[in-house]
Amino acid sequence: MHIHVISPGLLTTIQDSGRPAARRYGVPPSGAMDMFALAVANRLIGNPSDAAALELTAGGALLEFLRPTLVALTGADLGATLNGRHLAPWQAALLDRGTTLHFRGRQANWGARAYLALAGGIAAPTLLGSRSTYLAGGFGGLEGRALRPGDQLATYASPHSRWPWVGTEWPCHARPLYGHTPTLRFLPGPHYAALTPAAREALSQTTLRVGAAANRIGYRLDGLRLSFSQQLSLPSFGVIAGAIQVPPDGTPILLMAEAQTIGGYPVVAIVIAPDLPLAAQILPGDQLRLAPTTMRAARAAHQRYAAWLATAPQADPWPEQLALAGALG
Amino acid sequence: MPPLPLTWHWQPFGAAALLLEVHGPEQEANRAVLALAAQLSAAPPLGMLAAVPAISSLLITFDPLVATHEQLQAQIEPLCATFGPAPAAPLRIHELPVAYGGTDGPDLVAVAQALGMTPQAVITLHSGQLYRVMMLGFAPGFPYLGPLPAALHLPRRATPRSAVPPGAVAIAAGLTGIYPTSLPGGWHLIGRTPSILFDPHADPPARLAPGDGVRFLVARRGIREN
Repeated sequence: MHIHVISPGLLTTIQDSGRPAARRYGVPPSGAMDMFALAVANRLIGNPSDAAALELTAGGALLEFLRPTLVALTGADLGATLNGRHLAPWQAALLDRGTTLHFRGRQANWGARAYLALAGGIAAPTLLGSRSTYLAGGFGGLEGRALRPGDQLATYASPHSRWPWVGTEWPCHARPLYGHTPTLRFLPGPHYAALTPAAREALSQTTLRVGAAANRIGYRLDGLRLSFSQQLSLPSFGVIAGAIQVPPDGTPILLMAEAQTIGGYPVVAIVIAPDLPLAAQILPGDQLRLAPTTMRAARAAHQRYAAWLATAPQADPWPEQLALAGALG
Repeated sequence: MPPLPLTWHWQPFGAAALLLEVHGPEQEANRAVLALAAQLSAAPPLGMLAAVPAISSLLITFDPLVATHEQLQAQIEPLCATFGPAPAAPLRIHELPVAYGGTDGPDLVAVAQALGMTPQAVITLHSGQLYRVMMLGFAPGFPYLGPLPAALHLPRRATPRSAVPPGAVAIAAGLTGIYPTSLPGGWHLIGRTPSILFDPHADPPARLAPGDGVRFLVARRGIREN
C-alpha cells in the first residue's frame, strides 16, 4: 500500500480519463472534471496521461504516504502542505515514507479540484475501459464510492526510474487561463435559435453563479431564467459534458463529467472542451461568464489546448547543478 | 424497396460533435438510426470517437484536430442513402418475467383507472406485445421499449419518486422501460422483473441492446430480489 487516507476532505475520488466508449450502454463517461490537470499530473512523473489519479475537491484531505512515492500535484492550489511545508502544484516531488500531505483549502480566489498523480498510477480495477469512479452508478475507482477515512491505496509498479522526474515543472504559459470568474466560450446549441432574443442576449451578458447543488454531474447556473420564443417538445438525444440544457424552470444547467448520456431538455449552448478545465475549477457560489465563440475560434482553441498538452515538462535545474558540483568536487 | 419517408437533419453539437436527427415515422427512424450506428461503429470514419444512438437521433463525437463537421457529414451522408432501416423483426428476443401489480407494481390500479381499463386488461395488453429496445439512456442499461399500445399512453407522474426499485417495469410518454438499478423516476410502475439488466463487470454490461426484442411474461405475484 502507498497511501493511507486519514481524511478524504470534502470529496476525493479515483479518476482517469473516463469511459467515453461506454456511453452506448447509457453509462456516463465520468473521469476527471479537469482533464488537463489530470493529464499534466501524469506527464510530470512519466505516467501515461490517462493513468488513474486522485481528484481532491475543495480541501480538507489528509493523506499519509507509506512508502517513498513520486507524485505530481496539479489543478487548483488547495493549500497542500507536506509535513507542514508548502508543496507547490504543477511540479513533481518525491515524498518520503511517513510524509503527510494536507490540503488546507482554496488559497487563491479560484480553484476547486486538485489532482494528485502517483508514479505508476493508482491501482484500481478497469471497468468498461476505465478506473474512474462513477459515484451515482456506484462502480469504478474504489468500490464505486468516494474515499473514506482508513482507506488504503496502492499504485502499479512504475516502469522507469523516478529520479529524472523529481522537480520537473509544468510551465505557466502552457496551462488553461485559470482564474476567478472564468469566461467559458460556447458555440450555439441545437436550440439556441429558439430562445427569445432577450434570452440570447442575456446568456452572454449575465454573470452567472454556480448553484449550491453543483457536483460532478452538472452545475445549475443561477442568475438567469431563459425563455423560448416557441414551445419545444423534443425527443431525447445524446448529450456531452459542456452542453448547457434548459429545464422548464428556465435555469440553465451546465453538464459535467458524470452527466447522463441522453437528455431531453433543449440544449442552447455547448461550452468548448478546452474551457471545461476552467469550469471544473468552480465551486458552488463561484461565478462565471459565458461568451459566444465561432467554430473557427473553437478549433483554434482545441489546437492550442493540444499544443499545451504536448509541451515538455521543464526539468528542475537544481539536480543538474548539484550533479555538476559533485563532479567538480 | 420503396424509398423511405425519412429525412436526415445534420447540425453541429459544439466543436467536437454532430447531432444527426432523423425525421419520419418513429419506428422507421429508430431502426434507421440503429442501423447507421452499427455501421459507423463497425467502420468508424477518420476522427470519429463514438456514435451514441437515441430514439431518433445519433450523436457523433469526433476529434476536431482530425476531422471537421463537414468532412464527417460528407463521409456519413452517402451511407444514409445506401441502406434501409434495421430489420423490424429483432434478431435477439429476451423474455423477461414480470410480476404485475401489488407491491411490485404500485401504480397498476391508478394507471388502469386513468386509462379507463381494468388492471387485468392493462396487464394483458402490456404483456401481449413484442417490444423493441429503441435506446439505452437515462441511466446505465435503462431500456426505452416501444412501441407501447396507444391505449396505454399516459404522461409522466406529476411527482417523480425519489427512489424506484431495481427491476421496476414502468410506462410513460408512449414507451415502457425497466429501471436497472435503484433510481429516481417519474414513470408509472406497473410491475417488476427479477432479471438483472445491468452489470458493470459483465461484457457487454447491458443485457439488452438497442434493436433487441423484449417480451414480458406474466409471472406469479411476489417476485422478490434474490
